Amino acid sequence: MKILVPMKRVADPDNANKVKISPDGTKVTSEGLEAKPNPFDEYAVETALRILEDGVGSGNLRGEVVVVTVGGDDTVRQVRQCLAMGADRGIIVQGDDDALDSTIVANVLAKIVEKEQPNLIIAGKQAVDGDSNQVAQALAEILGWPQATFAGKVEVPQDLSSATVTREVDGGAAKVKVQLPAVISVDLRIVSPTGVQNNVAAGKDYQDGPRYASLKGIMKAKKKKVDTMTIADLGVDQTLKVRSVSFTAPPQRSAGVIVETVEELVAKLRDEAKVL
Amino acid sequence: MSNVLVVANIADNEVKKAVLSTAAFAKTVAGFTGGTYDILAIGADLSGVKDQLARLGAGKVLLAQGADLGDALAERLAPIIAGVAQSGGYKVVVSAATSIAKDVFPRFAARIGAGMASEVVAVSNEGGKLTYVRPMYAGNVNGAVQIDSDVQVVTIRPTEFDAIAPGAASSAVEDVALPAPEAVCGKVEFLGFEKSVSNRPDLAEAAIVISGGRGVKSKENFKLIEDLADALGAAVGASRAAVDSGFIHNDFQVGQTGKIVAPDLYVAVGISGALQHVAGMKSSKVVVAINKDEEAPVFQIADYGMVADLFKVLPELTAEVKKIKG
Repeated sequence: MKILVPMKRVADPDNANKVKISPDGTKVTSEGLEAKPNPFDEYAVETALRILEDGVGSGNLRGEVVVVTVGGDDTVRQVRQCLAMGADRGIIVQGDDDALDSTIVANVLAKIVEKEQPNLIIAGKQAVDGDSNQVAQALAEILGWPQATFAGKVEVPQDLSSATVTREVDGGAAKVKVQLPAVISVDLRIVSPTGVQNNVAAGKDYQDGPRYASLKGIMKAKKKKVDTMTIADLGVDQTLKVRSVSFTAPPQRSAGVIVETVEELVAKLRDEAKVL
Repeated sequence: MSNVLVVANIADNEVKKAVLSTAAFAKTVAGFTGGTYDILAIGADLSGVKDQLARLGAGKVLLAQGADLGDALAERLAPIIAGVAQSGGYKVVVSAATSIAKDVFPRFAARIGAGMASEVVAVSNEGGKLTYVRPMYAGNVNGAVQIDSDVQVVTIRPTEFDAIAPGAASSAVEDVALPAPEAVCGKVEFLGFEKSVSNRPDLAEAAIVISGGRGVKSKENFKLIEDLADALGAAVGASRAAVDSGFIHNDFQVGQTGKIVAPDLYVAVGISGALQHVAGMKSSKVVVAINKDEEAPVFQIADYGMVADLFKVLPELTAEVKKIKG
């Protein structure tokens, strides 16, 4: 069993309000902000590990987790962070974020799938910088595989032949069963203590959220293999279909007034704002 | 000539406001390009909505109906939309960014080799090129993009476009011949839908939203939020912290990765105002914040702030609302 997890490096999402737009409006810069794995992709790594854990020894996997990223050479740090969590191997496809769109990334990943032949792809539902939410679905189409997006829960049978996914959708939860190989994109709740059931490591108590790398994990990660290649090596067309023209700061809300009493609040909402 | 296609997934015989907003977007784009727009409705049974859809100013209303379409599986819907988009020669295909469209549209776009812009909030015509503005970085940057492919695929945030006013039933209504399901459909099985129970208005479309956060402290206390919502005929929302703490089902989460709302009145109760929450509600017309921490960032974006204990204020507010609502 091999699980492929695509990962994107993003600027610290907790400080997303500190990204800057260049004076000519052509670039977004995140200088001074820590680079991190996209949070949803970290959840995807956690999901892959939980699916493959054998429940016997901590970190014993019934297969291999391969992390792949498309980005600059310095993404190796974020790849190693995923390896320190317990993933086995990394692949960096060199590319400049500004010269990529969802189509190029999905096609690059499809080429990696051709090489690696994974049984399952687990992706984060969206990158928190571009917020596009497209790559997993596009990849599933290119591969002709079934997809289960926005997974809040995943259950796999012991033989790992399928995945039953509870998808978080408008108005409730939709449950689908996909035969592998398949693409799953994960939402926040997948990393709740019971988000993943693999029917082997039954009863294992997971913490809420993705695991932290242990010191041992960090040491091990340094020795794990990370391959590097280029988009050109993979023969993927690098013509952008979606081009950024400019960036602007959205209009900001400003602070209004502080009211002291409920009566005052209701009066203002009724007479001034006219929303009651 | 029809050059814009609106895709509307229909459930429960209901044409949601989001569809009217998407038609308004299509009308704007058709205006820029000197064309008209059609509507492709998809669902298990469209008999109850076709007359309504014929009033939205479209050239044609195309109906894709079938018992297996109600499950809205991307593997089934993407080829259907692709077929209609290509045979009709549409240049722009758009849907409201519902969870169905978020699931299906990237698959559909990849199928026809089209570029896609997600969750667009504005569109303009720059020297003959359609230019779409979309929020990025949790709403901290607006990016303007252009799409260089024969077909441009777009999802929009319906809260950012005024709904079209239904007129006379002028559109021709036609059935679409459905292609047979592809092999990949055999590899995915729809097991069921668990509806989150609520008798209140739809969060994404409500005129008033009352949201609770970590400060509400428990699932039981959320009743205080619900009581105020019911007094106002409002929808209930929540911050991620409240959802993660198990106070309320995740379907009610407002934020960058949850629901995007823009009601006339948004009341944030016990919510600190984290970036990702603000990204989901900052287009609201009037924002009220109730929080006992006067340093809470939510006060920086609220039109009316009240530094107070929510457990004291909420019952008072509910009573006061009931008084004026009679």
